[in-house]
Amino acid sequence: MDKPLLEIRNLKIEATAYPPGEPPRHVVLVEDVSVSVQKGRVLGLIGESGAGKSTIGLAAMAFGRGGVRLTGGQILLNGRDIRGADVGTLRALRGREVTYVAQSAAAAFNPAKRLMEQVIETTLLHKVMGRTEAEARAVQLFHKLGLPNPETFGQRFPHQVSGGQLQRAMTAMALCPKPELVVFDEPTTALDVTTQIEVLAAIKEAIHDTGVAALYITHDLAVVAQVADDILVLRGGRKIEYGTTDQIINAPQEAYTRALVSVRSIDHVEKPEAPPILSVAGVTARYRGTSFDVLKNVTVDLAPGQTLAVVGESGSGKSTLARVITGLLPATQGRISFAGRVLPPDLASRTRDDLRELQMIYQMADTAMNPRQTVGTIIGRPLEFYFGLKGEARRDRVQDLLDQIEMGKGYIDRYPAELSGGQKQRVCIARALAAKPKLIICDEVTSALDPLVADGILKLLLNLQAQEGVAYLFITHDLATVRAIADRIAVMYRGSVVRYGSKTDVLTPPFDDYTDLLLSSVPEMKLGWLEGVLASRRMESAGN
Amino acid sequence: MHPVIKLVTQRIALGLLLLLAVSVVIFVGTEALPGDVASAILGQSATPEALANLRDSLGLNEPPLTRYLAWMGGLLTGDLGTALTNGQDIGQAIAQRMGNTLFLAVCAAAISVPLAILLGLVAARYAGRWPDKVISGITLSTISLPEFVAGYFVIYLLTQVFPVFQPVAMIFPGMTFWAKLHAVALPVIVLVLVVLAHMMRMTRAAILNVMQSAYIETAELKGLSPMAVIWRHALPNAVAPIISVVVINLAYLVVGVVVVEVVFSYNALGKYLVDHVAKRDLPVVQAVGMIFAAIYIGLNIVADVVSIVANPRLRHPK
Repeated sequence: MDKPLLEIRNLKIEATAYPPGEPPRHVVLVEDVSVSVQKGRVLGLIGESGAGKSTIGLAAMAFGRGGVRLTGGQILLNGRDIRGADVGTLRALRGREVTYVAQSAAAAFNPAKRLMEQVIETTLLHKVMGRTEAEARAVQLFHKLGLPNPETFGQRFPHQVSGGQLQRAMTAMALCPKPELVVFDEPTTALDVTTQIEVLAAIKEAIHDTGVAALYITHDLAVVAQVADDILVLRGGRKIEYGTTDQIINAPQEAYTRALVSVRSIDHVEKPEAPPILSVAGVTARYRGTSFDVLKNVTVDLAPGQTLAVVGESGSGKSTLARVITGLLPATQGRISFAGRVLPPDLASRTRDDLRELQMIYQMADTAMNPRQTVGTIIGRPLEFYFGLKGEARRDRVQDLLDQIEMGKGYIDRYPAELSGGQKQRVCIARALAAKPKLIICDEVTSALDPLVADGILKLLLNLQAQEGVAYLFITHDLATVRAIADRIAVMYRGSVVRYGSKTDVLTPPFDDYTDLLLSSVPEMKLGWLEGVLASRRMESAGN
Repeated sequence: MHPVIKLVTQRIALGLLLLLAVSVVIFVGTEALPGDVASAILGQSATPEALANLRDSLGLNEPPLTRYLAWMGGLLTGDLGTALTNGQDIGQAIAQRMGNTLFLAVCAAAISVPLAILLGLVAARYAGRWPDKVISGITLSTISLPEFVAGYFVIYLLTQVFPVFQPVAMIFPGMTFWAKLHAVALPVIVLVLVVLAHMMRMTRAAILNVMQSAYIETAELKGLSPMAVIWRHALPNAVAPIISVVVINLAYLVVGVVVVEVVFSYNALGKYLVDHVAKRDLPVVQAVGMIFAAIYIGLNIVADVVSIVANPRLRHPK
């Protein structure tokens, strides 16, 4: 076996945390992690947020974000230890031997400079080649990565191209100086599922064609299974399992890995059709000052105690539908009936009961709560507003609700900052439940959470639905979530409902073109899935 | 229409509107002063007949609106009127001094703006470390000194301890450029000390703000040196806030330096204005006030336009 390109031995990474109102604390982010990457191979780093994947990825460039320090072990790049190497050496290897692709290309490109200038910057800086040659190589890479008009693409500014294109441009930027190792840090996480598959395919092909080695960081095991040769599973900065992709996916040894592989274990049987509690009929809406409809003639029904999942990519009008139902954006046409009455289109003309029976939970639990209020105040507010509960009675009811969301005692006087992401979302659920609603609109409530935590939230929502008989309008872009929770599904595309019916009907062929594209783009946890999908798409387009 | 042209046109139109409003404020403000020009000229011992005659000949008995329109008409045709105290043409008097004002301002700006930005960049590069602390400490202490204190200190140091300059900044026609430079050296030094800190601090703050962005980390991971990161990636995105502070200071160098002019007996607009305020020569006060307002508003329009043009989203729409 050849000498590895990158070998990390017993890496230890530490940082100093500054929690508000407490003395600074010393934390160990990564401990005793060892991996190696051969030339031209791809290692996947997988784990939940806080597992230390990005920290290890950046350590391959001997870079510590903020106050992060690489305090122990060895980072051998081509046999020489770069941990603690002097600044000049590090500068010479960053952007030359090892390059980096960030999660959000939209933020990682300088908005004031043209793409070409940024893509070839390192190539010129490290004198890999001259400007003409570098530009030619960049255009060649744009071409390979499937960017539109590769000859002139570089003349654009970052704000002039889409997120998926920027992510590919960033890959071109990383590959341009002919590095030996590329660190991909969640390169497709911020993209829509239909865009993700294209970017993923482009990255995989580019890795293969250039023969570069890569660290591929993601929280999505199904994604990493498509590109990686080996996988390192991390949790809390420690190694859980390290093996070939085949072994990790098909024969995981550790319980944690098995949980990751089999995540979305919820088996939800859809409920039979019933008379609706919410009925959206022919709703069309547009934002003030614009000249096109963001919702076009949308008609959906939702029965009491059931879940309607609204699926689609960003910009399809899912959240706008929620805004129209809640009255934040009055519909220009159509009618919304709820619990046997027609709801006034705008918020101001609705009664307090209209407001109470229709609650909402948001994607970002963080920003949906006042950081200066305790959990007790946050959940207690609707109790006081709708039911006039005060003092002891209110506190008792808050405690009941906390029990219902499985958080128990000891949380009532805490502030949101003292809760984990999953706990924050639970508090938001309790706040919505406090109003005793008949319908809760859940807008991407699990999208910002790690898979296992999201799973817990979905199970909680299903339990609460069984107990309280509340209906959910569940907005999501994640089809696995839809499978886990929906009774009925509406697929949205560019403001219209393109497919609507019971879960089984919607998810059973024959599909319309868009639903087919959407469903087939969801990564599956098996090797060779990406190639299979791409091959069948090529055959279809050839057949047409 | 291209959005940049539209925005720039808007700013200029707004600026003109603002100038019109300022002219009303200046006119009404001087009208509201107790007594009028006639009583100011003739003094307390004037007879009522003499006052009435003078008011008549000065046109002070006309309604205010008529006089405002006449004054505005004069301004627009370049006729700023005559000074009451010496009967001189105000336009000519201002033209002579305007050159001196601009000379001093340009000299001070030519040194202070590049120096402030450079110091700001260095302070941002070494944020929280000793070069940052030294730069911030020195500039903050110079801005904290009142101008006349700084002025007299500089005079003492550079005319008494090290006699290199004249304590009085006299400029007259026929001097060579270098002689003029030598003459204004002391007031320029004082003005640089006064305006440096503000621009330096804003440059530092704007750069540090941009340094939080993800694209700065991208640049660091490209292996760029810290100064290259600041120069190539941070500065182009920090132009707008820096420019606006630079322009405020430029405006100050033109319209706000009367104390320095007095300390160094420098014959420029500020001193002219103050002299005539003391003599209650209202036409002069009004004319100089309008000119200062026009310069201030004009420079702020320039700042707005530069900020607009510096934004690639506006310059290159989708």
